[in-house]
Amino acid sequence: MADVIKKATRESYGEALRDLAEEYKDLVVLDADLAAATKTGIFKKAYPDRFFDCGIAEANMMGVAAGLAACGKIPFASTFAMFAAGRAFEIVRNSIGYPHLNVKIGATHAGISVGEDGATHQCNEDIALMRTIPGMTIINPCDDVEARAAVKAALDFNGPVYMRFGRLAVPVINDAATYKFELGKGVVMKDGSDITIAATGLMVNEALEAAKTLEAEGISARVVNIHTIKPLDKELICKCAKETGVIVTAEEHSIIGGLGSAVAEAVTECCPVPVVKIGVNDEFGHSGPAVDLLKEFGLSAENIANKAREAVKLK
Amino acid sequence: MDKAKKTELQKLACKARMGVIEGTFNAKSGHPGGSLSICDTLTYLYFSKMNVDAKNPEDPDRDRFVLSKGHTAPALYSVLALKGYFPEEEIKSLRHIGALLQGHPCIHIPGVDMSSGSLGQGISSACGMALAGKLNGKSYKVYTVLGDGEIEEGQVWEAAMFAAHKKLDNLVAVVDNNGLQIDGPISEVCSPEPITDKFAAFGWHVITMDAHDFDDIERAFSEASSVSGKPVVIVQKSTKGKGVSFMENQVSWHGSAPNAEQYAQAMSELSAQLKELED
Repeated sequence: MADVIKKATRESYGEALRDLAEEYKDLVVLDADLAAATKTGIFKKAYPDRFFDCGIAEANMMGVAAGLAACGKIPFASTFAMFAAGRAFEIVRNSIGYPHLNVKIGATHAGISVGEDGATHQCNEDIALMRTIPGMTIINPCDDVEARAAVKAALDFNGPVYMRFGRLAVPVINDAATYKFELGKGVVMKDGSDITIAATGLMVNEALEAAKTLEAEGISARVVNIHTIKPLDKELICKCAKETGVIVTAEEHSIIGGLGSAVAEAVTECCPVPVVKIGVNDEFGHSGPAVDLLKEFGLSAENIANKAREAVKLK
Repeated sequence: MDKAKKTELQKLACKARMGVIEGTFNAKSGHPGGSLSICDTLTYLYFSKMNVDAKNPEDPDRDRFVLSKGHTAPALYSVLALKGYFPEEEIKSLRHIGALLQGHPCIHIPGVDMSSGSLGQGISSACGMALAGKLNGKSYKVYTVLGDGEIEEGQVWEAAMFAAHKKLDNLVAVVDNNGLQIDGPISEVCSPEPITDKFAAFGWHVITMDAHDFDDIERAFSEASSVSGKPVVIVQKSTKGKGVSFMENQVSWHGSAPNAEQYAQAMSELSAQLKELED
């Protein structure tokens, strides 16, 4: 087996911005004193005249992004998820969402895998918050290939987009040569008939690993990658509900308001089947190495397999 | 300013004030006090200063305006209607279900450059527009009007820092210093004073202005146009409720609409002022 290449999606974000800047002349990047961490520093180095550090002032940065978009620029407002979706929520809602401006929000350091910085910086609520804003598109890519494609898709889409990237290096599971990103469309990564595991972000790889374990035990698990959480691919989710009869969701986010909630909301309308949610339970995180935290909070292939074994019994 | 021009602006401002009363009366809600205090400034901007054309509201070269103190939308709507962006009749359905004119400015209304009204946000949008102007090599100016209570919002000072640091000399902010906010005098609620010193300390070029004297308004905006290398703030001394005797300097008129009797009296006073200007 070839060595697994690992890369943090924040790195992919910074590189994609740099690589797309030549083609998209209106692309500009804003950051709030975190360029080294969000990796927009990669863009800044290549295009210093199109990079604007707003200082530690996320509310103003979102408003500036709105004004830039109102005048034809395509701003990528970049900071940690905690500050993009959390601190600046109301500016994102009123100055970007309500006028439906063409602002792209690059939110890095999402989820528990922020690691040692601890609970104040581990944002497990951003998807829930952003989902409530009418017209907001939310993308949570699973690896380097998908993250780069997501940035391009956001550029080609006219409207506000929230993109979620991670700090931790994660396995590259898609093939750059053949990968195609379609906004709002889930991807069946592995077919199966007994259960569907709908995963997003770094949990997609865990779901694939869990499916292998389950396969060996005679449970045929379908793995669906939901990179676009809003608008949700309801058609695919409902098809999976009908064909497999039970769904496990897996996300590095609170079980309240994220992918699990979105999937549950969808199936209750089209095909009510049990939905078992894996995510951060209703609690805060704490400091520790990211890989250990992921295990501790049940964001692992092992836990997905455990939950899936129980879930198939609910059918 | 020559006398004919001044009289013309005074008449338009008076009509704008009538629109504020008409709109808030029919809406049975809204914010007449702070709307009346900015009517002269908005009239001057739209009829004597800004490069805008109601027939081409999306012109990329136009000057921009953001009403950061968005609750005073009746003043903006009245001036936009007078300018021809939409029929004056629309004022009567302000805040009604299905109406064009929303309670706070909405970008989808002709002539409105930015949705606003959640206080402190408009100035950041204006900064973004000014930055876009620089990046796009455009010579347009961006104007924004804030309330003196509004500047208690921390975001205003984030924006103030940003504008000065980025040398946005194509940005002119007006602070409507009528001295009153919903809970009372700004000096008693959580004083933002001294306003001029604060903006100066943040690196802005500061101008003070009498908000109800067109000669002084012209002087202030002319000075603003001559500044380079810095954003400009005009702190305008204004009278909340200006033009309607019983509303002037009364905090109670911040966010309540006139009843039928008060409407009649206000319109009668403003009609008399207009007639005097027309004679």
